[in-house]
Amino acid sequence: MLDRAGTPAKDETTRRVRFRGAGFVPASSRFGGWIALALVIAIWQAAGSAGLVNPLFLPAPLAIVRAIYDLAMSGALWQHLSASILRIGVGWVLGTAAGVAVGFAIGLSRLARSVGITFISALFPIPKIALLPLLILWLGIGEEPKIATIALGVFFSTAISVYSGVDAVPRNLIRMAQSFNVPFVTIVRKVIWPGALPAILAGFRITASVALLLVVSAEMIGAQYGIGAFVLQAGNLMQTDQLLAGVVILSVFGLAVGKVIGWLETRLLHWR
Amino acid sequence: MDLIANHISHRFGDLAVLDDVSFAVSAGEVVAIVGPSGCGKSTLLSILGGLLQPTSGAPELRGAPPADSLNPLTFVFQDFALLPWATVEENVEFPLLHTKLSAAQRRAQVEDALRRTGLTDFRKTYPKQLSGGMRQRVGISRALAVRPAILLMDEPLSALDSQTRELLMEDFVRLLADGGMGAVYVTHNLEEAARLADRIVVLSRRPGRIREVVTVPMTRTERGEIAARERLLALQNQIWSLIRNEAIDAEREVQHA
Repeated sequence: MLDRAGTPAKDETTRRVRFRGAGFVPASSRFGGWIALALVIAIWQAAGSAGLVNPLFLPAPLAIVRAIYDLAMSGALWQHLSASILRIGVGWVLGTAAGVAVGFAIGLSRLARSVGITFISALFPIPKIALLPLLILWLGIGEEPKIATIALGVFFSTAISVYSGVDAVPRNLIRMAQSFNVPFVTIVRKVIWPGALPAILAGFRITASVALLLVVSAEMIGAQYGIGAFVLQAGNLMQTDQLLAGVVILSVFGLAVGKVIGWLETRLLHWR
Repeated sequence: MDLIANHISHRFGDLAVLDDVSFAVSAGEVVAIVGPSGCGKSTLLSILGGLLQPTSGAPELRGAPPADSLNPLTFVFQDFALLPWATVEENVEFPLLHTKLSAAQRRAQVEDALRRTGLTDFRKTYPKQLSGGMRQRVGISRALAVRPAILLMDEPLSALDSQTRELLMEDFVRLLADGGMGAVYVTHNLEEAARLADRIVVLSRRPGRIREVVTVPMTRTERGEIAARERLLALQNQIWSLIRNEAIDAEREVQHA
């Protein structure tokens, strides 16, 4: 009976069932992105070399590379870059340390949550660069207001990602630990910290770009050295090759930071 | 050590979940709690294990726990509750970390627990690499590592397929066979209750009240014999007849909720 049901009658034509399960599984190829980038740069260079683009408005990639080389040889690149890295580094560390502490407090304490979330909700939307003049007034003209601007920008995003991460730790794991009488500190260290780590590291990606954005803005407002100051000076002097050299350096810096965070994620979140 | 539910009632806001539930679990005894969906079985277990404060009444302990017990009342969770970032070995060791045991003693207890659950070869494996049944074995191993007096098991097999359930059931029967460890076993599966428990507490639909406490009229050894199957089936039918109508009502209530 089953066999007969599975065999079509002689005069009936058969047709394949149409495959409908394709798509919605985007997989990126390993070199696709690099090939596309190289293509764009090649077209850009060709357009520049053929004189199709005015180098004042858009210098060719080779001119930008030459500008970076000259900057490196003159020592100016390191002078500007080191000033920016120092500001980002100190500001990011301070903002992150405070953000992690406050984020954990909000995630773990009822009092800190009720007070902290109100303040964070009120202050987070303020563009931190708008506070720079006030910070200059408070802290003087020097590195402090620039570092404080970066630290403030990093602090709020970090605090939010940390307490969201703490909130997202599965409650069943905390109950399990409590059922074994595991002390509070051990629960925080062995359950909540690793459980919140994916969100915290995701927050680091965001705060790294926030720090980069703020350092450039702060240096454009009031600094002699730094990539932001360099880009502004180059723009004022219509040295667009130098300006784009600064932009490329920022992009490379951002990529390098992203790679470091990616490496950290691979090392610390290998269990996922 | 005995565990006593002393007139326990509980409400979640306006919703009464448990109403005046009292019974005792003697040392080495296995008590199953069955009842219709939403009757408060898991809530009762959380209260008994000290993870939830009852609205009234209290869970109580009578007598001293065994000298080597590090956590007399120990849960085995339905969803395993394993730390995904820790290996099998680290998960089993986790409840021992804050105890006064030396590293060597901890290692010995972990080793023993892994051996008893057949996990010795999987010590370096992460939970995501294990099947559901193996994950629950890790949960059981972790519970055994603290030498509990009473295991509090909240539907430990409900997330597993039927073959794995059968295998783990055999493990439970073996682990509880010598009477050295008692258990409170919450389940909606009457077969599991009849095979494992010495007594079965039947709860009514919400708010859960004790409808009946059924004593299983066989020893643990007898229950494992083929001849006992018919009697166990009869017992299951008896319990099912007690809760069937209420289970239907509870099901409708859930659907309308």
